[in-house]
Amino acid sequence: MSSLSLSLTRPPARAARRTAFGQIVRNEARLVRRQPTNMIGSIGLPVVLMIIFGEVPTLNRPATELGGLTGFDTYVPVIMVLGLTMLALLGLPGPLVSYRELGILRRLSTTPVPPSWLLAAQVVVQLGVALAGLLIVNVVSVAAFGAPAPKSPAGLALSCLLAIGGLFALGLLIAALAPTANSVNAIGRLAFIPLMFFAGLWLPRALMPAVLQQISNYTPLGAAVQAIQGSMQTGFPPVFGSAPLLVLAAYTLVFAFLARRFFRWE
Amino acid sequence: MTTSLERLEAPAAAGVRPAVEVAHLRKTYGTLVAVDDVSFSVAEGEIFGILGPNGAGKTTAIECAIGLRQPDAGTIRLLGLDPQADRDKVHEIVGVQLQAGALPGKLRVGEILEEYRSFYRDPGDVGELLEVLGLAGKRGDFYRSLSGGQRQRLSVALALIGRPRIAVLDEMTTGLDPKARRDTWELIEGIRDRGVTVLLVTHFMEEAERLCDRVALIDSGRVVALDTPASLAAQARGGKSVRFLPSAPFDEDLLTALPQVARLEHQGQHVVVTGSGELVNAVILTLAAAGVTARDVQLDSSNLEDAFVKLTGKNPDKEGAPA
Repeated sequence: MSSLSLSLTRPPARAARRTAFGQIVRNEARLVRRQPTNMIGSIGLPVVLMIIFGEVPTLNRPATELGGLTGFDTYVPVIMVLGLTMLALLGLPGPLVSYRELGILRRLSTTPVPPSWLLAAQVVVQLGVALAGLLIVNVVSVAAFGAPAPKSPAGLALSCLLAIGGLFALGLLIAALAPTANSVNAIGRLAFIPLMFFAGLWLPRALMPAVLQQISNYTPLGAAVQAIQGSMQTGFPPVFGSAPLLVLAAYTLVFAFLARRFFRWE
Repeated sequence: MTTSLERLEAPAAAGVRPAVEVAHLRKTYGTLVAVDDVSFSVAEGEIFGILGPNGAGKTTAIECAIGLRQPDAGTIRLLGLDPQADRDKVHEIVGVQLQAGALPGKLRVGEILEEYRSFYRDPGDVGELLEVLGLAGKRGDFYRSLSGGQRQRLSVALALIGRPRIAVLDEMTTGLDPKARRDTWELIEGIRDRGVTVLLVTHFMEEAERLCDRVALIDSGRVVALDTPASLAAQARGGKSVRFLPSAPFDEDLLTALPQVARLEHQGQHVVVTGSGELVNAVILTLAAAGVTARDVQLDSSNLEDAFVKLTGKNPDKEGAPA
């Protein structure tokens, strides 16, 4: 192999760089596969919750207080967002902070490849996990539990991408601020409860008092559930008196800006 | 000090561009002066050591030299390149192993090396490098299953996978057992033989003595001595000394009159003569001519550690754990 490669002309710089990024992504994907805790949280847990909710009889009757929807139907967007949140709060920042702790980002900054590539590779891999999770929850809810197919697939895709944008930017902000990998867990768990409350995990948004619903509209997960639910049940654009897509876009920009501002490479 | 100043220039053949040139480097963190004024020059193919107590500014100096930190003042050139302005080119030709770096536990040795290999335009062969580093059988092992010494050698391998012209190794043998340490020394000599310039930060005097062509001793952010390990050692004692038991009393002036002898002391019944040049021969021959036999002769040559202690007032053995 080595004698052969010597006789070949050197690949152009850009192709070589593409290879390098591909190699980093490959190793990051291996790590995600070999440490499946975060995949269990972001894909396994939503699927299990869906199966449980799908078996509860009271959740499967149309309810007038939910606007004629079943409890299960209102929970599908919440479950989708739950998976994303697990991933964004724990799965994404965890490895990044441990790479800083282990000196890997520092080591990379002595090579021709900048350490930001490792962040980008991590985002690419986690994005794959996020999309897989969303797809699985959607397909299973329709195929196995008879939920209606999304009214606006394009609107759903856009809503999901913006939800991922806002949540991943929040994950990167946690990675920027958390001093150690252990503190990522603490921060993630702490943030999880209020975020998921406003998503309607414990109390469906439709049953919240008006004030809570208003607050929920402007939280990242409340907006995400609103956008996803809207595009699934009423079509595009998914607007319920406020503009959840704009709220998500704004969170994406603000969190990404702050993450960039405060990120420490060592 | 005059001798060290004369030696600031690398003893390279005239016209050869130095591999590393550091001139009047200064770096402060707030009010803390990490590096005050450091200058040295390393010839291509040289193994150059940087010694000094903890907190002396060694690591900061190295981090500035490789472009990881921006110095406050001074100039740095690596094969003529500025590590700040020519970052990309410098990273291509300089391989770095930093202190206390780890890697993801669930990646295999081969996977890590293949990844880092893809960063460089003209990298070395993974199998060959693993062979040289004694990790050939470990290619498929997870990083977390490696011993401390194996991790350290993998770290050195990552510094060398890009086939660098200059290798910068910070405390590369810290935490290694004596056997692994000697193996690593052989490896370093091997890469030097292939024309790679090696810049070595160490607190092991034995390592510096064995490997380095020249060493710079840094203390409180300044170069306090720069010379070959042997010359530094000799300077530390002001020469060599010979200790012996005379078979009979003798006239001490016989010895102190010799040009090689600087000083004569008594230690119990033993006599210690300090001096330079062909000291031992001169002493023994002179005594023999006076009918006296020197018994129980012990040569005491000072070493780099003595130089370290004398020049910094600190004990290098206390620098065991990396900061």
